[in-house]
Amino acid sequence: MIEATLKELSVQLANKDVSAVELATAYLARIDALNPALNALVTLDRERTLAAAAAADARRAAGDAHALTGVPLVHKDIFCQQGWKTGCGSKMLDNFVSPYSAHVVERCDAAGMVTLGRANMDEFAMGSSNENSFHGAVKNPWDTAAIPGGSSGGSAAAVAARLAPVATGTDTGGSIRQPASHCGITGIKPTYGVVSRFGMVAYASSLDQGGPLAQTAEDCALMLNVMAGFDKRDSTSVERAAEDYTRELDKPLAGLKVGLPREYFAEGLAPDVARVIEGAVAELKAQGAEVVEVSLPNTQLSIPAYYVIAPAEASANLSRFDGVRYGYRAPEYKDLVEMYEKTRAQGFGEEVKRRIMVGTYVLSHGYYDAYYLKAQKIRRLIANDFKAAFERCDVILGPVAPTAAFNIGEKSGDPVQMYLSDIYTLSVNLAGLPGMSVPAGFADNGRPIGLQIIGNYFSEAKMLNVAHRFQCATDWHRRAPAL
Amino acid sequence: MKWEVVIGLEVHVQLNTASKIFSGSSTAFGAEPNTQASVVELAFPGVLPVLNRAVVDKAIRLGLALNATINKKNVFARKNYFYPDLPKGYQISQMDLPIVGPGTLTILVGEEEKVIRVTRAHMEEDAGKSLHEDFQGMTGIDLNRAGTPLLEVVSEPDMRSAEEAVAYARALHTLVTWLGICDGNMQEGSFRVDANVSVRPFGQAEFGTRREIKNLNSFRFLEQAIKYEIQWQIDTLEDGGRIEQATVLFDPDSGETRMMRSKEDAHDYRYFPDPDLLPVVLSDDDIARVAATMPELPGQMKARFVAEYGVSAYDAALLTTSLAHAEYFEQVARATGQGKLAANWINGELAARLNREGLELAACPIDAPRLAGLVVRVADGTLSNKLAKQVFDALWVDALSADEVIERDGLKQVSDVGAIEKMVEEAIAANPKAVEEFRAGKEKALNALAGQVMKASKGKANPAQVQDILRQKLA
Amino acid sequence: MSLTHQDVARIAQLARIEVTDAQVEATLAQLNNIFGLIEQMQAVDTTGIEPMAHPQDVSLRLRDDVVTETDHREAYQAVAPQVEKGLFLVPKVIE
Repeated sequence: MIEATLKELSVQLANKDVSAVELATAYLARIDALNPALNALVTLDRERTLAAAAAADARRAAGDAHALTGVPLVHKDIFCQQGWKTGCGSKMLDNFVSPYSAHVVERCDAAGMVTLGRANMDEFAMGSSNENSFHGAVKNPWDTAAIPGGSSGGSAAAVAARLAPVATGTDTGGSIRQPASHCGITGIKPTYGVVSRFGMVAYASSLDQGGPLAQTAEDCALMLNVMAGFDKRDSTSVERAAEDYTRELDKPLAGLKVGLPREYFAEGLAPDVARVIEGAVAELKAQGAEVVEVSLPNTQLSIPAYYVIAPAEASANLSRFDGVRYGYRAPEYKDLVEMYEKTRAQGFGEEVKRRIMVGTYVLSHGYYDAYYLKAQKIRRLIANDFKAAFERCDVILGPVAPTAAFNIGEKSGDPVQMYLSDIYTLSVNLAGLPGMSVPAGFADNGRPIGLQIIGNYFSEAKMLNVAHRFQCATDWHRRAPAL
Repeated sequence: MKWEVVIGLEVHVQLNTASKIFSGSSTAFGAEPNTQASVVELAFPGVLPVLNRAVVDKAIRLGLALNATINKKNVFARKNYFYPDLPKGYQISQMDLPIVGPGTLTILVGEEEKVIRVTRAHMEEDAGKSLHEDFQGMTGIDLNRAGTPLLEVVSEPDMRSAEEAVAYARALHTLVTWLGICDGNMQEGSFRVDANVSVRPFGQAEFGTRREIKNLNSFRFLEQAIKYEIQWQIDTLEDGGRIEQATVLFDPDSGETRMMRSKEDAHDYRYFPDPDLLPVVLSDDDIARVAATMPELPGQMKARFVAEYGVSAYDAALLTTSLAHAEYFEQVARATGQGKLAANWINGELAARLNREGLELAACPIDAPRLAGLVVRVADGTLSNKLAKQVFDALWVDALSADEVIERDGLKQVSDVGAIEKMVEEAIAANPKAVEEFRAGKEKALNALAGQVMKASKGKANPAQVQDILRQKLA
Repeated sequence: MSLTHQDVARIAQLARIEVTDAQVEATLAQLNNIFGLIEQMQAVDTTGIEPMAHPQDVSLRLRDDVVTETDHREAYQAVAPQVEKGLFLVPKVIE
């Protein structure tokens, strides 16, 4: 039961082979057993969980169930959830019980899904290793010496360890795809604007996008059906007709044009990662896909552009954490300014403070044009690169990260080294495109490696189709860590 | 040395929408603290702004009234600074691309018209309020006002005296209330003025260093503050001092301005486009839709009053200081067919009385139809000016029509030739000395005789007729 | 380019984050490393390129002017550090 996919659980619940309460109880027991070693989940509320499960069973009994009614999940601790502590990996919000729910949470609640708990994350989603959490690092279930990736590291580790069949996550520069890759699961970051940002604590507003992490592409499609949808409370939410993301899953791949950007296979890519990606491409070719070489010449520039734009937006987004209306307030101060300065110095972790300071600097008087405006122009160049590439192919394939998961502590002292590892994921957010990670093999050290699929705007169904067909022919996504 | 004063104004106009600029919270004034602050105004983590259409429409309305450019693409930006009444740590405002571009506003200074250039007007959100009464030595924050829509209207430094600055502020106040986009209530902060003031030696091309007086919420304070500031700057310069760029506050109790922060402490607001809000893009239709609802503007109405009712330009300007005045005048003028007379009464007796009683026109006890009743009786000769003023006083206190007052008090002017002739003959008989003097060429003697007749008639005889008949009889 | 101690002090002050004297040196070194990375951008010619602020080239949706919110002060202030008589309390603000 615990190994089951979302799809399988949905069937079992519909057939009354299992009740939502039984499922929730089983998962909670597994969480109790395994989470202390992994630190994937930071908040549990057994009573609430079981009450939600009982309500789901009642709904099933009454015959008005959604496909996922009674299916358990965990939410990344970045989505506000009424009545739950919404801590965002920060001391700043460690006492914050949200009085309202995010759009994503409302949609999951409305579908009758059962919240098992809240997933650990890098503080305010800033990080690629989940070491930047007030609650401590998350361990990779495949190898507890390794990072699980970040910032949705708790979500990815929870799904990989089968503490939950599915998790919500957010991706600002790779934060769904990279942990999915490092934990051997499937995750998708939709086109910017597909999932409402309302109630999702903002890191970099023009880049942030929510999405699911699950075992399979099919599960991601089912979950995206719940999470996606127009929300008038988010001015950047795209007004489009609701779509069924499972509709193209089984489509044959014959004639599909897959683009391989030469810049993604150049210097810096670890040989074992290259081997795994090449193997995945070969599988798709075997299914009839046609491979074309494309170029994304400004890839390298995505790092500086991202590390200007994201901190700039973050520096303003995080100004609201001032100790006045909610959250942490320093215990001692002599005046208002000191209250602010101590509250923010004590409430934020090092990486968050670093990014706020970088963002403050690049927006400050006399530097705006040289940094922020320049980065926005480079952002345009990067988006144009993809536009040109998608004239020649349907999807773009490549690695998610240059290496498999590195060790906890390996890069935590050197922010720049950490930033450089985001090279293959950042440009997707800058362009606003959808991207996903699909388990595709293992590194020489036995840690999982994901294949990145990048689609054109609003082509999630096609990407999920490619991923699903790949998963029909492979079993990488079926492998689970021994725990 | 002779000094020239240079003033530019920045006016914060609170728009009278039902809901806030970025959320569905009420904008009603005076609610219990923080009961009209939603998660959006409280800046809870994860909340997002959604722009109120009425704010855009009202901004376009002002732009059209100022003959200004409407920027079809305009962009919201974040203005970053920390203050407890600014919950997000930034104010959503507009910087590089405001909704309203250059326009003009014509003001009346004495009897002279002057055109003041308006640089821009942009949409932004108001902040909350800090209450400094003692709460255990702390400040209390009320965020009900946070998110109330504002238009910040910025002028060019085109004003050359405190009087011009006040005239501009009044003209803008007239316009925004006329357009129905602001309630104009200055006590509640619906119309707040910042004045940038500098002085320079006459004939010097470049501007002097300016100081900005913040948050003036009455025309009187605006005038006092500017006058004080001008004198202070001139005194400082004449004493060999220098003016440092600064922001100052006006203290109404002392009548002085005092330093709030110097240029060194000036904020670095780190403006950048708000990523939560896309550009506002307006079509020709959007603008035409607003244009179709535009009322006749004060300037247009003023010209029409001159042309249609023959009133003087000065009277027309006074009659168009508010839509209420203009409508009142037009009702009286239409009902009586006596535009000039109506204007005289409204700008004269009525204005003086309102002023004396400290009343706004809206609270005037004499409505337009009743004043029209009075004007008609003046025009047809039923009432002399003197009697008319008596009737006016009665109308002020009694809920009667002019005719009812005339009837009740027997104030009808006597124009019956026979009756007047009789009284004239009696006066001539009783005052032979005056008659003699008049016949000897002493014109003044006639007035004495006329006075006698008026006295005999208890003031009701038609004075013009009395004069005519006297001359006939003495000829 | 590289930042100075004064730059660090200025941005810390703008961002309202206390940076103690002991922390300035380390902060400066890290920020300079990061700006070393960021400086790569300057080598690129971006003449004539339109800055991109949003992933999608669409315009803002507007909402109707309707009051939809009701009073939830009690719930919203339940998480506040310090309130009295419905007001959020902060150290005295001096204008």
